[in-house]
Amino acid sequence: MSEVILEVRDLVKHFPIRQGILFKRTIGQIKAVDGVSLDLHKGETLGIVGESGCGKSTLAKLLMNLEKPTSGEVRYQGRDVLRLNPADQRRLRRNIQLVMQDPYTSLNPRMTVGDIVGEPYEIHPEVAPKGERRRKVQELLDVVGLNPEHINRYPHQFSGGQRQRIGIARALALKPEVIVCDEPVSALDVSIQAQVMNLLDQLQTDFNLSYIFIAHDLSVVRHIADRVGVMYLGKMVEVGTDDDIYVRPTHPYTQALLSAVPVPDPTARQRKAVIRLEGDVPSPANPPSGCRFRTRCWKAQEICSVEEPLLQIRPTSGHPSACHFAQERDVVHAAG
Amino acid sequence: MSSPEVATATAEAAVLPTTPAAAEPPRKDKPRSLWTDAWYELRRKPLFVISAIMITIFVLMAAFPSLFSSVSPNAADLNKSLTPPDFGAWFQFGKGGQFGYDLQGADIYSRTIYGARASIVVGLSAVLGNMLLGGFFGILSGYLGGWTDSLLARFGDIFLGLPFVLGALVILSTFAPVQSSPSAVRITTLVIVTFIMLGWPSFARIMRAAVLSTKQLDFVHAAQALGARPGRIIFRHVLPNAVAPMVVVGTITLGAYIGAEATLSFLGVGLRQPVVSWGIMIGDSRQYMEAAPYMMAFPAAFLAIAVLSFVMLGDAVRDALDPKLR
Amino acid sequence: MSDIKVKTAPVLGVDGRSAGHLLEVDNLHVEFRTRDGIAKVINGVSYHVDAGETLAVLGESGSGKSVTAQTIMGILDTPPGFVTDGAIRFRGKDLLTMGKDERRLVRGEGIAMVFQDALSALNPVFTVGFQIAELFRKRRGMSRADGYKRAAELLDLVKIPAASARLRDYPHQFSGGMRQRVMIAMALALDPEVLIADEPTTALDVTVQAQIMDLLAEIRRDRNMGMILITHDLGVVADVADRIAVMYAGRIVEQADVHALYGKPCHPYTLALLDSLPRLDLKGQELNTIKGLPPNLLRIPSGCAFHPRCTMARDICLTQRPALVELGGVRSSACHFAEELYGRE
Repeated sequence: MSEVILEVRDLVKHFPIRQGILFKRTIGQIKAVDGVSLDLHKGETLGIVGESGCGKSTLAKLLMNLEKPTSGEVRYQGRDVLRLNPADQRRLRRNIQLVMQDPYTSLNPRMTVGDIVGEPYEIHPEVAPKGERRRKVQELLDVVGLNPEHINRYPHQFSGGQRQRIGIARALALKPEVIVCDEPVSALDVSIQAQVMNLLDQLQTDFNLSYIFIAHDLSVVRHIADRVGVMYLGKMVEVGTDDDIYVRPTHPYTQALLSAVPVPDPTARQRKAVIRLEGDVPSPANPPSGCRFRTRCWKAQEICSVEEPLLQIRPTSGHPSACHFAQERDVVHAAG
Repeated sequence: MSSPEVATATAEAAVLPTTPAAAEPPRKDKPRSLWTDAWYELRRKPLFVISAIMITIFVLMAAFPSLFSSVSPNAADLNKSLTPPDFGAWFQFGKGGQFGYDLQGADIYSRTIYGARASIVVGLSAVLGNMLLGGFFGILSGYLGGWTDSLLARFGDIFLGLPFVLGALVILSTFAPVQSSPSAVRITTLVIVTFIMLGWPSFARIMRAAVLSTKQLDFVHAAQALGARPGRIIFRHVLPNAVAPMVVVGTITLGAYIGAEATLSFLGVGLRQPVVSWGIMIGDSRQYMEAAPYMMAFPAAFLAIAVLSFVMLGDAVRDALDPKLR
Repeated sequence: MSDIKVKTAPVLGVDGRSAGHLLEVDNLHVEFRTRDGIAKVINGVSYHVDAGETLAVLGESGSGKSVTAQTIMGILDTPPGFVTDGAIRFRGKDLLTMGKDERRLVRGEGIAMVFQDALSALNPVFTVGFQIAELFRKRRGMSRADGYKRAAELLDLVKIPAASARLRDYPHQFSGGMRQRVMIAMALALDPEVLIADEPTTALDVTVQAQIMDLLAEIRRDRNMGMILITHDLGVVADVADRIAVMYAGRIVEQADVHALYGKPCHPYTLALLDSLPRLDLKGQELNTIKGLPPNLLRIPSGCAFHPRCTMARDICLTQRPALVELGGVRSSACHFAEELYGRE
């Protein structure tokens, strides 16, 4: 496998719950991200899936340095991002960029498309001299499949899919190596999703990009990711290649998640295994002891409430899985 | 239940030229900012057109009163004391006496015209001052949050706790006692400063709320992710998207301040001679309500129309800027 | 609930003749009069649903799928929305020409609806128990105590744990999935014969979505209700629907049995939509995309509305609007080349 470009070690983010008017007391912690480690290799796409409240969006913010982690490290090309001096940090920002979920709120409605896509050059003037910026912006619009002549239009004159392309153009402006995509297609119509996913695919090949692709839609992640990490309540519960996760999942949560995804094929109704979880995800302010999934797990035993299962390769799991009773089971292709 | 599908369907249908070819002919390919759109919408509202015309007239009166009247507002001829309006003079420029003469024999029409200046100057300056001061503190507490926010909020609450008229009475009667006769500039400034002192916390609150909600929007995070410094984020991203509510409230408040200025002048603690103001005129007319109702009727009508115009303008601007309607 | 009644009575019209279907939308036209012009949101939609079956209405945003449902329920905002033509027959009686009072009776007892966003569909200032009990008091003349008893039974039916204790909770105290269950319970309160579910699981997580879809399917089966499921999710449809109507630009472009539709789509739009989906069970290559954007409803393309995005489009598609033609019995497609698509291997 190619070199590791981004390394995350034991990343923790706890949000304090405060109360009070002038003097605020901390009365609890929301454990949004609680010890996540991952490696991103050059040119690959790492998918992160999980339900709402699992901490995947907070993880994106931490990777982008938009939130300060409670503890842990993010290393880019071997250097700890959080301990850099401000000048180095700004230079580093050029290399890691973000594509956001909502194309309606991620673009400033008071700025023209040219200003939005050109803003990275104003923030990092050393990248492109002033005279060249307009031409560069038009090139970028062309690269993402927009008409370069629309440079003076405002975001509300575009559709959702086109706006998402504008957001992608902005992320590409500084020629980054890593792009963190936080649910980039989930707000789009089905017929538009495919266009944007193909564009991301194409750009990855053209510019040798590495993606961290965060999504709740498992089908989308299957399509685009080389490796996949599954998160539950702030922890990574299973990591592997896409076949590891989709064909040979070993963690019960992954299996339940896969089983719940509807497949657009009525003949799959009989083929698919049905695993239905009870209830909702517990509050991250007060997660269950031991294994966090045990309250909804059909395999849970004594040990699960006492001992937290580590994310590791096990005799019954060829890839890292955080379950005491990890067991391979193909729920998607299961023949009845 | 609101129907998200319909909303997006009609919204997209309404504003989206889906392909360049499909763009509407009259506005084809023109960049349309949200301000341009708001302006486009405003122009088609009768409410806006009427109030804008009225306000333009008042502003003209304030700036160039001699365009409307050639008679000096302070020229008094006791022979003409309490002469009723001469309706025949309405169509003869420069004759005077259209609205009659007051107790001192000064021309009411001329005084009413010259009175617009005090109202507009006080209202406009007070609102601008409030926007600057309140806006500044609002951005500060909204953007920084934490200690700054709590401290500024409590500090503002002290001023907000004072009832407006009572607060103004106390301040004005302290710095310009009722019987004193300060210069025109001094008393006008004093009234403006009083309004700003008592008004900025409301403006700060509005700005703070707008900044707080704008700060949460994704494009602000996107700018942070690019490495933008706070100054750029505030002035390029937060401020342009957060001023609209303050502009609306400012317009409506302008009307209210014109009314408040008249009230204080009427009570004798606000503007006073030699300043000409509708409030003073109404105050002077108190004892002659039955004998000379025209002394009060004309300045009162102008005052009411001016206040109403600004309130109407504020309403129209709010409708045009309300993001929920677009 | 103790008195689950299975409705087997034949569907009869007002004058006693057989009216065919339980709920029938017939050639419905709806337009939105906006300040920028008239948006033709629904242009001749016809579909029907019978007791015990699930009809899925599939479409992207702007296809008119939700507006049709709102028109059936009589909750279309007027203005800007206006019904310009067509009929909606419930048990043979046209809802659109019916008096206000009569129509209100149909709402809730005949046809009920579950919305996408339960938080905004439930009243935040009243407890859940009060809101359901109120229905029984107003519509069934029950006492307050009986109303609450029935409310508890309903919450139990939709599998909310500790149902009677949660009657005193407000909507915001429920999680997303539980809130959706509360709304389903409310919709079921007056024993409707048809349940319209408008994107009932779009806002929910997959594991919760699966729970809710299972619940809806189970209730439909147990009560022999007709269900109209409105969604954009081809996966959800494949899981639960019996029949599917695919909508595009305010028209039905294809209607078929679920197996037939997925097995051999006979309209280029359906075909392209299925091709553009990433699949959970297959690792695909590049996705096929549908070029262009959904149509602007103020300027629907001439001829076949899909022609600017269609790979099969020829001259005739620009000028002539294809009618919805029947293909081999139960399915139909609105494409000039439907027969060709149907005949292919």
